[in-house]
Amino acid sequence: MSLQFLADGLVGGCTVALGAVGITLTYSILRFANFAHGEFISWGCYLTWLLAGAIGAWSIASAAALDPLSVGWNVVLAGVLAMALTGLLGVALDAVLFRPLRKRGASIAAVMASFGAAMALRALIELLFSSRPAYLSRELQIAIPIGAGIRVTPDQIALIAITAVCVGALHGLLSYTGIGRSMRAVSENPALARVVGIDVARVIRLTWFIGGALACASGVMLGLVVQIRPSMGADLLLPLFAAAILGGVGSVPGALIGGLIVGLAEAVTVQLVGAEWRTAVAFLVLIGVLLLRPTGLFGQAA
Amino acid sequence: MPDLIGITAYGSVFFTVALISGIACLGLNLQWGQTGLFNVGVAGFIAIGAYTSALLSTAQAGGHLGGYHWPIAAACLGAMLAAALAAALVGIVTLRLRSDYFAITTFGLAVVVQLILRNAQPLTGGAFGISFIPRPFETLADRPVLFGLANLMLVGALVTVLYSALEALVRSPWGRVLRAVREDERAARALGKSASRYRLQAFTIGGAIMGLAGALQAHLIGFIAPDNFEASLTFQIWTMLIVGGSGNNLGALLGAGLVSVVWSATGLATGVLFPPEDQAQAAALRIIAIGVLLATTIVLRPRGLLGERVTVSRHVAESAVEPSDTPG
Repeated sequence: MSLQFLADGLVGGCTVALGAVGITLTYSILRFANFAHGEFISWGCYLTWLLAGAIGAWSIASAAALDPLSVGWNVVLAGVLAMALTGLLGVALDAVLFRPLRKRGASIAAVMASFGAAMALRALIELLFSSRPAYLSRELQIAIPIGAGIRVTPDQIALIAITAVCVGALHGLLSYTGIGRSMRAVSENPALARVVGIDVARVIRLTWFIGGALACASGVMLGLVVQIRPSMGADLLLPLFAAAILGGVGSVPGALIGGLIVGLAEAVTVQLVGAEWRTAVAFLVLIGVLLLRPTGLFGQAA
Repeated sequence: MPDLIGITAYGSVFFTVALISGIACLGLNLQWGQTGLFNVGVAGFIAIGAYTSALLSTAQAGGHLGGYHWPIAAACLGAMLAAALAAALVGIVTLRLRSDYFAITTFGLAVVVQLILRNAQPLTGGAFGISFIPRPFETLADRPVLFGLANLMLVGALVTVLYSALEALVRSPWGRVLRAVREDERAARALGKSASRYRLQAFTIGGAIMGLAGALQAHLIGFIAPDNFEASLTFQIWTMLIVGGSGNNLGALLGAGLVSVVWSATGLATGVLFPPEDQAQAAALRIIAIGVLLATTIVLRPRGLLGERVTVSRHVAESAVEPSDTPG
């Protein structure tokens, strides 16, 4: 068996991890499983694709590939803008849908609403962009051998670096800043957090923004490595949940490690069984965790 | 002169399909409406029923497992058993955990079922699905009106039986425990009722009913494919229940009828309004129409068209008519 699955799994795992971090944040702070999170991934990717096209049309020079990467400045800039827009999409979705439900105080109603929102967001993508696949980059990259029979493309190295920066920055935010402490406080006990004067509404807005922005990053990675399709986010949802629960709900490092484990397991499956069974392994991981250790690797007992 | 034959044939197919959705919706009502179990994998259970029944009953295997040639009724029972087994397995793993984990696992089951339908070609026929599934009134097939009406009467009779059975269950002590578990698990446990056991029973029976819906779909239409069991089916069944009135069996059937009308009407409209190459995009509009119906209901009438009726024990109702001094 070739060791190539390590590199493929790491890249796939980064995509899963960035999405799972958002799921675990919304889960621990808002206390519900957000089935619409996968659609943030699709929306982020489509927004990036749209903006990159617009920027590229405005300045042709920006579309020239940044050697050794396969994409130009336009995609980089579009990705950053799309992260902000997807974050705002999360904030907007909360304002129109989830905030009214929170006032009624039914958490399972939020899960149900998120499932409906997922269907609506995906149908909108199909309506606006049709279901024809799109591409962020059409360039072929030569994979560089890095030893032990493993080859990686420069894009893949960049994606792993971006994931490390994003998750590192989030971990720093949660651990060392005032707003991060507020977020952890709301996750521990919302009522008590409110009593000590924490602006819970602000924490919730920030949670949606961060979750949406990271989902967008995950979507861009997926769009670069594979292709852009309306179902791309929905297809990733099960691996995201598996990774978040494996890592322990509420734990950002847990979501990262859970994502990498799921990514590696998927890569092994692709190599041994076949690419079409990739998602099934996420289900096995999910069942395994729920049977053996429902609190996950880094979770606290509820 | 209007095409009476065409209208009757179309009408009977429409009501047959609506009643089949109604059966699935009754199953969901037992799980969610009565017991509060959030099943996001409805399409998966329907698919398990449809494929089990189809594989058991087809006469020849065309490139997939099957060729057992079971009678239709036996195949339907097999389908219910298979779907119930899947529900029981999911329930055993997740019902002791928090409700979101249960929801995520049912979602995962539907994803895996969809993967198997598409990729396990030797078992399920892959993307092409299974055709030539035996139909109950095959001999009438060349007379569309009679054939349609016979199918409709068969499904109508099954729905009547199922509805009566579920209504009896709702009023039984068992049904009362389900609602007690839904409303206040701690109180139910304090009365010595094992919440997780009752949940597992309700979820398993609901799964079997969904399996029956799938089996009927297979036998009355004669053809099934993975596309029929996508997540949007789950969404439709849920909308039916919420629009009709969660917790009310009649509401479940009413919602099934109403959503089916919207689904068919938008299908006809997009078929006329959009050229064939844009049909995939037009299909998205139909999903959005269902979503609008759902959102409108949640905002304007959160309990659905027919809200849950207060069901109390026969004995309590009698003692309410004749007030007695002793507290019951």
